Amino acid sequence: MPDPVAEPLLRVENLCVSFRSERGMLRAVENLSFALQPGEILSVVGESGSGKSLTSLAVMGLIDDPNAVLTGSIRYKGRELMGLSRRALREVRGAEIAMIFQDPMSAMTPVYTIGWQIAEQVRAHSGLTKRQARARAVELLGEMGMPNPELQVDRFPHQLSGGMRQRAMIAMALSCNPSLLIADEPTTALDVTVQAQILRLLEQLRRHHGSSIVFITHDMGVVAEIADRVMVMYAGKVVERGPKPDVFARPAHPYTVGLLDSIPPMAGEKPHRLPAIPGAPPSIASRPTGCPFGPRCAHHHDACRIDPPLFALGRQDVSCHLVPEGAAA
Amino acid sequence: MIRVVLARLGQMAFVMAGISILVFLIFFATPGTDPAARIAGRNAAPEVLAAVRHDFGFDQPLAVQYVLLMKRLFVTGDLTSFVNRGQKVVPSILQAVPVTMSLVVGAALVWVVASVAVGTLACVWRGTVVDKALMILGLIGISMPVFWVGEVANLITQSRYHDTWLFSWVPGLGYVPLTQDPVGWFKALVIPWVALAILFVGLYGRVLRASLVEAYGEDFIRTARAKGLGEGRILFRHALRTSMVTFVSMFGLDFGLLVGGGALLTEVVFGLQGVGYLTYNALQNLDLPVIMATVMYASFFVVASNAAVDLIYAALDPRVRLARA
Repeated sequence: MPDPVAEPLLRVENLCVSFRSERGMLRAVENLSFALQPGEILSVVGESGSGKSLTSLAVMGLIDDPNAVLTGSIRYKGRELMGLSRRALREVRGAEIAMIFQDPMSAMTPVYTIGWQIAEQVRAHSGLTKRQARARAVELLGEMGMPNPELQVDRFPHQLSGGMRQRAMIAMALSCNPSLLIADEPTTALDVTVQAQILRLLEQLRRHHGSSIVFITHDMGVVAEIADRVMVMYAGKVVERGPKPDVFARPAHPYTVGLLDSIPPMAGEKPHRLPAIPGAPPSIASRPTGCPFGPRCAHHHDACRIDPPLFALGRQDVSCHLVPEGAAA
Repeated sequence: MIRVVLARLGQMAFVMAGISILVFLIFFATPGTDPAARIAGRNAAPEVLAAVRHDFGFDQPLAVQYVLLMKRLFVTGDLTSFVNRGQKVVPSILQAVPVTMSLVVGAALVWVVASVAVGTLACVWRGTVVDKALMILGLIGISMPVFWVGEVANLITQSRYHDTWLFSWVPGLGYVPLTQDPVGWFKALVIPWVALAILFVGLYGRVLRASLVEAYGEDFIRTARAKGLGEGRILFRHALRTSMVTFVSMFGLDFGLLVGGGALLTEVVFGLQGVGYLTYNALQNLDLPVIMATVMYASFFVVASNAAVDLIYAALDPRVRLARA
């Protein structure tokens, strides 16, 4: 387990991402705070539109919408990334913090070989020659478990299977030994067996390289596999966070309970229908006042008219009025 | 790759043969008309008509006529005009080709360089005044007919301001062969190049800007940023490189059309005796052998440049290369 007193690798405080629009400012991510220890895997879970991808893009400084407004603080190894110059940010990206994406097909430039693209990143952050960078690409592809890396290095993204493409993508992300890897739904576009292989690969990376991983997903099954800690997001806010065993054993927010109920049980009687959370997440423009989950919540009551802050519950933090009322879901 | 090239060249030859048959049929086998009378020209004497009939083998079956014509176009090259007595058609086209080539290649260079600059700058400064100004200028360029631009250019440089320091270097209208006098060649052609290129700079600049902006919305640009690459590298190696596919396919078609005589208006306005000019004169005199030969030449060029585009396409986009092989 990572040492909790050590300086966190990444500390995000009061991050807000809003967009200027005709209907005023729309808040996509609200007052988000979290910390990530070295070597830790943090799973960020939520439905689409919950702000989980935006959070990761904000950490990378990749939100380039001219109407986006970012406030708060993102500290990486004690250094403030918010408001860093483009040039300084470029040195962090790819070298210190790397990112992999959901669809490795569209995330790679179609007209270059995977080896070329890996070598490009290597050369952007080191003084290696073309030949050395290529050798490094072959070595990385081999480490990612790609068969015949000398051959595969000269193939184009469209010539590879989805799993192999994602391996190439991970090889590229890891080419400069980043301390932090942000994986934005890296297994969503893959079939289940390949998913398991990629998850195993990411776990190995943590073991061998000691990298921290922020793993974004909407799949609680994947979270159960890989995470050390879990952060559940809903409508741009953290609703519950804590160590994975605690959250899975004793989910305290009704939304987390709903998410966990939606995993089919492995043992026992097969349920006729999986329970689902009624309704749909609110759109960014029409978030309810008070608790954002209120309209979909079975425990909705008067207190929920005020947006709950995060209450501590054991090692978890939960944004629900049931916690101080002593009736956690 | 070699197989792809050979296959494409084979297809090209096939299409060209088809075109030659089609052109032949249109000119010689349109029902209800006498091809001999049309070839001989207006008010031809009976002896001329008889000579034409014999010359083109109109007393023999169509297939023989076709072979005879192809032989005279491509083997002996002795197809003659009956309107301009004794004018050999093939040599006059061959003479006109360098003029057209000089005009079109030069203009193509101008428009490729200028439109890449316009499209890239507009994309880099998208949403700003620079972008809007460039796009409006592009639209104006597209809207100005080339013959009008040419005439205005002539009016300014040949007549009104010819004696000022700015335009005194401009030679009179006409072509100067590159082999004789390279400087004169350049001076004679630089204004026609620009006049012909204006339309394409506008068109290509706008198209390139659009495809660059589209490319910037792609996931792989976000990846390139996440890799920590510089903005210049992202622009040129990723966005521009992937946008080149559209650009090249447009270029191939336009270039083929222009070399095939599509620069007719420019050639006429600037007095350049190219293929377009030849076609223009032949059309005025209804000189059928010349029209037929230029039509065939033009279509061959369009087909050839299409094949060239396909090959460049394969070099630019690996997905195309593999689909073909």
